[in-house]
Amino acid sequence: MSVSRRTRSIARVAADVLITVGALVLLFAVYQLWWTNVQAARATASARTDIVASWEAATSPVVTVSPPADAGSASGSESGSSEAPVPDTPETQAVPPIGKGFALMSIPRLADSVWEMPVIQGVSADELAKGIGHYPDTALPGQIGNFATAAHRATNGEPFKDFDRLKKGDRVVVETQDGWFVYELEKDKIVLPSDTWVIDPVPGDPGAIPTEALITLTTCNPRWASYERWIWWGTLVETRDRTQGPPAELAERGEA
Amino acid sequence: MYAWIWSHLPGPTAVRVLVAVLLVAVVVAVLFLFVFPWLEQVLPFGDVTVDALAGNNSVP
Repeated sequence: MSVSRRTRSIARVAADVLITVGALVLLFAVYQLWWTNVQAARATASARTDIVASWEAATSPVVTVSPPADAGSASGSESGSSEAPVPDTPETQAVPPIGKGFALMSIPRLADSVWEMPVIQGVSADELAKGIGHYPDTALPGQIGNFATAAHRATNGEPFKDFDRLKKGDRVVVETQDGWFVYELEKDKIVLPSDTWVIDPVPGDPGAIPTEALITLTTCNPRWASYERWIWWGTLVETRDRTQGPPAELAERGEA
Repeated sequence: MYAWIWSHLPGPTAVRVLVAVLLVAVVVAVLFLFVFPWLEQVLPFGDVTVDALAGNNSVP
């Protein structure tokens, strides 16, 4: 019943290979499930600090005396050109460079994961590791058109980890330097990764001139794979400038 | 392989254990800092965007 030396050495090499492969797979799982989130948490906090600092730097020299309420037109954005600096309207926002954070997103339903989450221009891995990515060629917050975003649902901070809990009617608050834009989610759909029409200015109607300010959230589906995309669309329901203060939705944290 | 490495580590057992732990730490660091970030880009687990240029730009 003696086993030959040759058989023993083959078994030993096989054992080493199996141990190594097992350790590598295990370590990769640790990397994905833990380490990417540790790094993303750090990057997100730093991006949030940068965004708030850039807002403060940009707004501090501006005189914020509100002009006397003359018999204004119904839309407040049409004020006279000779006035002191008028706050930017959504339509005049400067397009941020790729990699720059320019907004904070809060979703009361997902308050554990999406609360003052940085929105970064661009949707490549570098941007998505810092927060929520903004498709560069789509509308900016509050603009007519489609403010289209993407975020991880698993690993790398996973802001959209509870995407399946979103419901019709949920609010999404996007804060920019100029104020707050409140969107209400209306419908969702699971599509293929190639269905880029979902981020069109008028989703499903290519070439149409948009008349509404929409938001689109995209993430992977199923959560731990990604052969589909889960999409939520919403429309702008409220706009508040800095003088009006934050919307009621931002007081809801903790109830979600 | 592991037996061979062990037999070639210098010093008494205590030193060997220390060196072995250091070697493992170095390997793990290389994996986490270089190998896995690359592997993550190649694997499709993190793709969250709709993508007209499928395969062209990196969009996990």
